[in-house]
Amino acid sequence: MLGEGILKGLAETARNFAGSYVSKERLTTVEYPEQRIAPIEAARVFPFLVYDGADWEAGLRCVACQICEKECPPKCIYIDKSTDKKPDYIGKPQFYPARFDIDVSVCMSCQICVEVCPFEAIKMDTEFELSTTDRFGGMLYDRKELAKSNEHYHKIHPTEAAEVDARLAGEKAKANAKAKAAAVAAAAKAAAAAAPKPEGGV
Amino acid sequence: MFANLDQVFILLKQWVVRFLPLGLQPAAGVVLCVITIVCVFPGLFAISVLMERKGLGRMQNRLGPNRVGPFGMFQPVADGIKSLTKEDIVPLRADGVVHFLAPVFLVVVVFMGYAVLPMGRNMTLVHMDAALLFYFAVGASTELSVFMAGWSSRNKYSLLGAMRAVAQMISYEVVLLLSSVAVVMITGSLSLDKIVEAQNQYTWGLPHWYIFTPWGCAGFVTFAIAAMAETNRSPFDLPEGESELVAGYFTEYSGFKFAEFFLGEYVGMLSISGLGTTLFLGGWSAPLEVLGWVPSWFWFFAKIMMSICVFIWIRGTLPRLRQDQLMNFAWKFVLPFTLLNLMVTALWHILGEGWQRWVVCSAILLVAYFFMARAGMHGKNFRPRIYRYAE
Repeated sequence: MLGEGILKGLAETARNFAGSYVSKERLTTVEYPEQRIAPIEAARVFPFLVYDGADWEAGLRCVACQICEKECPPKCIYIDKSTDKKPDYIGKPQFYPARFDIDVSVCMSCQICVEVCPFEAIKMDTEFELSTTDRFGGMLYDRKELAKSNEHYHKIHPTEAAEVDARLAGEKAKANAKAKAAAVAAAAKAAAAAAPKPEGGV
Repeated sequence: MFANLDQVFILLKQWVVRFLPLGLQPAAGVVLCVITIVCVFPGLFAISVLMERKGLGRMQNRLGPNRVGPFGMFQPVADGIKSLTKEDIVPLRADGVVHFLAPVFLVVVVFMGYAVLPMGRNMTLVHMDAALLFYFAVGASTELSVFMAGWSSRNKYSLLGAMRAVAQMISYEVVLLLSSVAVVMITGSLSLDKIVEAQNQYTWGLPHWYIFTPWGCAGFVTFAIAAMAETNRSPFDLPEGESELVAGYFTEYSGFKFAEFFLGEYVGMLSISGLGTTLFLGGWSAPLEVLGWVPSWFWFFAKIMMSICVFIWIRGTLPRLRQDQLMNFAWKFVLPFTLLNLMVTALWHILGEGWQRWVVCSAILLVAYFFMARAGMHGKNFRPRIYRYAE
């Protein structure tokens, strides 16, 4: 019968209307500034730079390889490579970024910089309340603003951070073992060189 | 005391006017009434917008606006300030004069309709013998304003929206008029005051409203459908379909001109609700004889606000029609049914008093509705649509 569907629809909206005053489950709205939902692990907003230890400047993992700068689709990363080197987490001397700026007004949160970084130095942050009254300077983050501790990374993405830590620890162990083996070999070589030559020869 | 309360606005007007010289008194009275109308209905517009936003929110299990003031009650004030302070942009190649005039014209025309609406006992601004005719003549001018807006904007969406609006409004104008003609046939008068007076009678404490007769009920439904289409309300809001036409004929309007269109739409809605109330719901008469002591203006405004609630309820329920569905519905279903209703009204008049006319008229209308609906739905496919490619 014509009109039946309309009446059914009207009944449904009436039920919603009345029900929203009665049952709390119907209203899924979270009234944001007062109420907040629990942080979601997979969330991502803008990138940040991870540092180890207490001193952000010394602990930055970034080695200024500039891969992210080149890969960034909207070209919002600006890096100046340092002229000197400092030791990284395995003690190898590396360059470090003398300047590392991200223009978050341009950034599109694509996470490509994170994917391409071979040093686990850049990760995605979940901080989203970033409004500022200065739309030029205020949205260009320098490396001090971008640097956040590994603990922060653990707090916002626990699973991912644990994996990264395990991998870095493995690499460090491997590097240490290699260094030790090299040291042993070098020592053996030195010892062999120091020892008198056996007669005959090959 | 209650009689005074009923006439409180009239007495107030007379009291104010008394301070003026005798020659100025009639003119001053009219000006006072006009000012009141021009203030009261935008106030009701603000209330309806708030009700709409809150109500639609609740129908969709949302909260609706709740930030400005307690329970978001001052939201319309914030909206008003926003639209007043926004930049008014006129397209470079638009027809400036017409672009400016269209919203002004709409608001003026919409307010003119109130001149003849009886808003309470003795509360009609202009007692006109052909009030209904005047109302429709003025109401039909809104189409012109819509087309002015669409044409002068020099924007394809605006023009498309205006084209749709004119096609739709003209189609439904016919239905609107013919549904009202039934009332005129029974009352024998085009004067809205007389139409209300005719309905302000009671049998066994129940009112003689036309909606309680078979032809009046059918007429009211067709009138309501046409009124919804006339005011471009959902489900007939094709002219301003946001999803396909951006905003239709007022795409190129911003700031206060946009607010004027918005005001025009809602004040038009209130106005057509007022007309529907007057024609079918007994105007300012009380719904029960025992409630006769409540001021008449209260009933009028209660009834139009109820109609607004129904408008909102329907907007929250029905999706927008397609253009061909809209036209088919108007010309193939509503219009023939309205014409039939006119004949039924004549039959009702011929059959005279007695129970027979109730049975005969109801039966004709119900049978006609049943068969017309079946014919209209014949060959239509009502299965859920299967999407082959989009999953």
